[in-house]
Amino acid sequence: MIRANVVGGSGYTGGELLRLLLSHPDVAIQGTSSESLAGKPVGRAHPNLRGVTELKFRPLADLEPADIAFVCLPHGTASVRWDELLGLAPQLIDLSADFRLRDAAVYEKYYKREHPRPPLLEQFVYGLAELHRDSIRSAKWVACGGCNATASILGLYPLARAGLMDTHAPIVEVKAGSSEAGRQASVTSHHPERSGSVRAFAPTGHRHTAEIAQALGNGTPMPVHLSVTSVEMVRGAVATSHVFPSRAVSERDVWGIYREAFRNEPFMRLVKESRGAYRYPDPKLLAGTNFCDVGFDLDVDNGRLVVISAIDNLMKGAAGQAVQCMNLMNGLDETTGLSFPGLHPS
Amino acid sequence: MIAVPTLTACPVCDGDVTISEDTVANELLDCGECASELEVLSLEPPKLAEAPEAAEDWGE
Repeated sequence: MIRANVVGGSGYTGGELLRLLLSHPDVAIQGTSSESLAGKPVGRAHPNLRGVTELKFRPLADLEPADIAFVCLPHGTASVRWDELLGLAPQLIDLSADFRLRDAAVYEKYYKREHPRPPLLEQFVYGLAELHRDSIRSAKWVACGGCNATASILGLYPLARAGLMDTHAPIVEVKAGSSEAGRQASVTSHHPERSGSVRAFAPTGHRHTAEIAQALGNGTPMPVHLSVTSVEMVRGAVATSHVFPSRAVSERDVWGIYREAFRNEPFMRLVKESRGAYRYPDPKLLAGTNFCDVGFDLDVDNGRLVVISAIDNLMKGAAGQAVQCMNLMNGLDETTGLSFPGLHPS
Repeated sequence: MIAVPTLTACPVCDGDVTISEDTVANELLDCGECASELEVLSLEPPKLAEAPEAAEDWGE
């Protein structure tokens, strides 16, 4: 059995990790930390886990070493408390933004602070198996991709590899659910303010822009335009990407590009149907799953290819991605513990 | 009827569609890749077309 620590287990991504790991056949949870809920049962923060586990939160300092540690601390914390984390396990998967970018200057530009440990950046592998499967298998440290970045990258990487985005930067509009903002309440998440709102919270300058550019570029960041809007949804992120192909393509060409890219990907599904209520990807169907659904439509007259990619932000965009990486790092089938197919209707 | 199962390309997505030995002309098949409903226009040679559907207007 793999012994796992979940650091910062009281947040939403920590709760999802606990849910997944509690039913994972090859994992035993050694401990989980929360400073604010130390001594309290896990069900206090995650009521869906009542009666499922007797685990209690502990202070970080009380966690015992394990085989792997999942770090779900707020952005900017793991890189500062690195020395405390290092002793928790030889394998470490960080779900924050601290180690996703390889260039400290880019980190400073987007996160408005100097990176406290620049030499570590090159030692982390970015956690999207669809792009870095072999590197993840041999990695000791992995940085999971951000949720909006994950939805965007997974929809676009087949086109980038096919050279269709060489001349024009894609325009990506992400609609995001409220759980992306985390468990901490704020004025903007207050129900009378949030309910019914369609809030353009990052028309430009979203932090995930740098991740997408890094992941889609081949060594050099690929220019990308990103806007993010929060909508009336708890879980889910859907990226609508407008691509202006650098050469003429037919719909069948695009089918072929995606079919080839996703052929052996267990969590990538091509969704483009001419009938039914769900003709294109919809995050409503993906709640609790590790799938990323991708569909497209081609506007031949105007040379525009629209790609729709959807995920559960807490799963493929965070905890599910992390478990997929853990499976790869430990020689397991990467789908282990991630087979939930979702609910319909939901 | 055709003698043996035959593979042909979906006219929508170019995926493989199997025409089985008991398929008849004008039968409707589903593409396993894109879920398009396809009409068998002819068996020899195998020829498929996307079956028409009543259009929806979601722009109101």
